[in-house]
Amino acid sequence: MEELGKRAMAGDVRAASRLIRNMEDNMPGTEAAIKHIFPFTGKAHVIGITGSPGAGKSTLTDEMIASYRNKDKTVGVMAVDPTSPFTGGALLGDRIRMQRHAEDTGVFVRSMATRGAMGGLSKAVGDGIHVLDVMGKDVIIVETVGVGQQEVEIINHAHTIIVVLVPGMGDEVQALKAGLMEIADIFVINKADREGAARLHKETLSMLQMGKFENGWIPPIVSVESVSEPISFAQSVGVLTDKIDEHYQYLIKSNILATRSHRKATAEIYESLRAAILAPILDDLAANGELELMVQKIMKRELDPYSLAELVAEKYLISHDCLKV
Amino acid sequence: MGNKPMRVLLAKTGLDSHDRGIRLVARGLRDECGMEVIFTGLYRSLEEIVEAALQEDVDIVGLGVHTGREMELFPRLRELLDARDAQDIILIGGGVMPQMHRTSLKESGLVMEIFGPGSSVRTIAEVLRQVITAKQTGIDAL
Repeated sequence: MEELGKRAMAGDVRAASRLIRNMEDNMPGTEAAIKHIFPFTGKAHVIGITGSPGAGKSTLTDEMIASYRNKDKTVGVMAVDPTSPFTGGALLGDRIRMQRHAEDTGVFVRSMATRGAMGGLSKAVGDGIHVLDVMGKDVIIVETVGVGQQEVEIINHAHTIIVVLVPGMGDEVQALKAGLMEIADIFVINKADREGAARLHKETLSMLQMGKFENGWIPPIVSVESVSEPISFAQSVGVLTDKIDEHYQYLIKSNILATRSHRKATAEIYESLRAAILAPILDDLAANGELELMVQKIMKRELDPYSLAELVAEKYLISHDCLKV
Repeated sequence: MGNKPMRVLLAKTGLDSHDRGIRLVARGLRDECGMEVIFTGLYRSLEEIVEAALQEDVDIVGLGVHTGREMELFPRLRELLDARDAQDIILIGGGVMPQMHRTSLKESGLVMEIFGPGSSVRTIAEVLRQVITAKQTGIDAL
C-alpha cells in the first residue's frame, strides 16, 4: 500500500485513483499509504464549492479549471454526489460537464459518492485531497451539493469557500439563513442573466452588510452570466479565480491561513480518532450481536442510551479491550 | 463500513446519440443494484473514456454502440486501456448490433458480455457481479 503512495507521488494516475478508492472502501493497510504521503501534503490551495443542486457548480468548476490552466496551474477536482440512502448506489454525473479537460494531464477529476457512513465522507474527502496534493496539483477544487452537516464538515478541508446561488430558486434568503453566510468567502450569483438576479444580488448584499466579519475579509459577490455566451462566461469566471487568488493571498498575509489549517488539523484528528476508536468498537459490537441486543433493550425501555454508552465505554476504553489498534 | 460498491463507467462515443438505453441502465444499476455509476455523457472520444475510467478507478467500462462500428470501437478501446496498464478493467457492451458481431466480440474475449434491447437491469447487474467475483484480483492487487 505504501507503494501506491509512492507511485501517486510520482504522478501515476492509476495509483492515485486506486489509493482514493481504497480510502473510500476502508481497505486495510490504507493508513500506511496516508502515513507515507502525509509529510508531503499541505502545498495545494483547496477551494470548496457548494450550492443547491442545479446551481451550476460543475459547469462553473469546468470553467475554473480552464481559467487555472491558462494561469499554468495544475488542477485536481473531487466532485461529491449523494449516495441513495435506500440502495447504496450512486449516479455520479459531475464529470459530464468537465470532459473537455479529460485528456489534459494537468487535470485530475475524481467523482466520489457520499455513501452515508457517519463522518466517513469527510475523512475520505480529506484523504483524497492529500492524494491530489502529493500528485502535485496546485489547486484542488472540492464540489459538494447543499449545506447539510456533512457538507459543512467537508468544507473544513478547504481554504477558500465559494457558495453558488442562482436566481429564481426561491430559497435565496433561506439558504443564507442556514449558516451559509458564515462559511462563504466568496459568493457567486450564477445564471445572472436570469430574472431575479438583481434582486438576489441586492438581498445577498444586504445580508452581508448585516454580518460581522471580524477577520477583515468581506465576501465579494461575483456575478456569472449564461454559459451560452462562452466569452463573457469565461471572463466572469476569470474574475472569480482572480478573487479566489486574492482571498488566498489575504489568508496568507493576515495569518488566517494558520487558523484554517488549525481547523483542518482538528477535523482530521476527530476523523482519525473516530476511525481508530469508535469504528472498531461498533464493528465488534455488531459482529458479536451485542449491538442488536442493545437496540432491543432500548426499545423495551430496559436501558437508556446514556447508561448503555457508559457500559460500552467501561468495557472497551477502561479495560483497554479494543484499543489495541 | 466495509461497504465496497462496484464502480462502473458507462460511455457513449462519436456522434452516436442514442442514449435512452444507457441512461436506463445507469439508473437501474444505481437503484436496483447499489452500484456507483459514472456516466460520461454523449460524444466522447475513446481517449477521453479511457482517461475517465482510470481517474475514476472503475471495475467495468460499458460502451453503448448504435452506429454499427462495434467491430472497430471495442478492439480500439481495449487497446487504449491495455496501453495504460488497465488490463484488469473489464469491457461490456450494449446496443443494437448483428449477432455475428456479438458472437465474435465475445469469443475473442474483448468484451465480456453484450446486452441488446430487452435485457433486464437485474440480469445485467447479475452478470457484472459474477464477472467481478470471478476476477477476484482484489482491489489492492494493483
